[in-house]
Amino acid sequence: MKNFTNWETMGREYFPILMLVGFVAVNAVGMLGLSHLTIRPRPTPVKQTAYESGIPPLGDARERFSVKFYMVAMLFIVFDIETVFMIPWATYYRQLSCDVPLVHGACAASHLSFFGLGEMLVFIAILLVGYVYVWKKGALQWD
Amino acid sequence: MMLATLAVMASDPVVYHTYYDPLVPVTALPWLLYTILKMIIVFTVLMVGVAMLTLAERKISAWIQDRIGPNRTGYGGLLQPAADGLKNIMKEETYPDAAYMPLFILAPMLSFIPSLITFAVIPFAAPFSSRWGLVEMSVADVPIGFLYILAISSLGVYGIVLAGWSSNNKYSLLGGLRSSAQMISYEISMGMAAVSVLLLSGNVSLQAIVHQQQTMGWNVFPLLIGFFIFCVASFAETNRLPFDMPEAESELIAGYHTEYSAMKFSMFFIAEYSNMVTASALMVTLFFGGWDIPGTQWDNIPPWTLLKFLLTLGFFFTKLLFFLFLYMWIRWTLPRFRYDQLMSLGWKFMLPLALAYIVITGGAILVLDMLQVPRSVQWFGISPFWAVLGVLNLVLAVLVFVILDRGRIISPAYSRLSPLHIARLRAMSAARPFAASQGD
Repeated sequence: MKNFTNWETMGREYFPILMLVGFVAVNAVGMLGLSHLTIRPRPTPVKQTAYESGIPPLGDARERFSVKFYMVAMLFIVFDIETVFMIPWATYYRQLSCDVPLVHGACAASHLSFFGLGEMLVFIAILLVGYVYVWKKGALQWD
Repeated sequence: MMLATLAVMASDPVVYHTYYDPLVPVTALPWLLYTILKMIIVFTVLMVGVAMLTLAERKISAWIQDRIGPNRTGYGGLLQPAADGLKNIMKEETYPDAAYMPLFILAPMLSFIPSLITFAVIPFAAPFSSRWGLVEMSVADVPIGFLYILAISSLGVYGIVLAGWSSNNKYSLLGGLRSSAQMISYEISMGMAAVSVLLLSGNVSLQAIVHQQQTMGWNVFPLLIGFFIFCVASFAETNRLPFDMPEAESELIAGYHTEYSAMKFSMFFIAEYSNMVTASALMVTLFFGGWDIPGTQWDNIPPWTLLKFLLTLGFFFTKLLFFLFLYMWIRWTLPRFRYDQLMSLGWKFMLPLALAYIVITGGAILVLDMLQVPRSVQWFGISPFWAVLGVLNLVLAVLVFVILDRGRIISPAYSRLSPLHIARLRAMSAARPFAASQGD
């Protein structure tokens, strides 16, 4: 039996994704290309104006927009990173709440501890302060 | 590097001649062939499935609204998707003068590609023992399954935002902005709801999550609230009603794809529907046991025969179709949310609920472990751990829906009035019952 190096295992696991990305990308370009080859564009000035319910477009679309969208984007970064931090915690939770290394993925009842849960409580408590601040400041209020 | 590895594996004839163990994964050339086969089949099934879903959507809407629906093209309208597709290829494409061309053309592809590659890691059937070894039934059997989905599914937002911005149309821009804000808001709750699944499974690999549910029971019962959050968030992520703000027809014409026509419009459409398929498949995998056949252990153990493969595939598809039907059912049942209601539901309700739920689930798991409640199946094919956690969730669900039903968080328009104002209005309508409705 041949010993697989890490690279070969990784190649077998991840290479199909690259293949699929390539396959789908080729299909996407192919679909657009096919429709470009089949159609004959007959542009007219009216056809090329922006569609605003039949009225001639007024002004440019790229004006200032509500700051709320920007705010949501900033809040998203904070909370999404929080989610990302929670995923390894959750995956490792059984070991974190066990004083000794797990035996077959299980922990004897006498060795269970509140360490894992306590860690997450501290983490969430710190975040909650920020969340309450954001709420009270009205950043979550849309009107 | 990987290409070199692949070349080595493909050119090494010794490797695949020595492997006949049905429980060792296929390698070398058979691996390459099986991967290409799986890739093409998944892609084709997704594309054809999306086409059939557009027909199903119209048929189901017709059924719900007591109409007939498309029935002229082919037998009972079955060729309608083909006709639509052909029309979309043959149609003239219009390019708005003011649009920024490179991004305008790139945007549909940016939306199309992530939506079709997300499905790659979802295990859709039991593995199959071929002549050359075990074939895992997902395009890519990666150990980071869930993280991959979380990462790739959020890439779709780029296509939508760039489409909205590059069109240089006010409606498109608003649709793109709304969509991005909505998708990123609900992504947080979606991720957090899935954290509760990871607490139970202890692994991010989707195969491992399916396996955990096979040994313990489906996650939908012990993680009922998590499923509720995840389900609502997936509806928001895929921009489906009641959260279809990005393309609210009555407000934004067609939202971010207002300026798109022919094949580019079609690609946005395909992306939306295949996102729906992936979200349904994810709900099935995380909460409904994936390809597990309920009530039997026969499907969880080797030998991995062809019959087992076909049966589990059938069960997976049945569950998938149920969720796809749910999407359409809800679309034609519920009206659209107002935008501020959508954002408050996401930020003021779903987010704290998901946070609290993680703590509650973590605590409950710890307490149940301390009480030595066994996780494995004990009585009548039920795991006590699963049952106790499920009952806790039922109690929580009642609480959650009572709070949600109060109308404080997702408030109707009159909640903006002061209590004094409301009291005055109530007194008015109490004094003259029909005056208000007659515009008096």
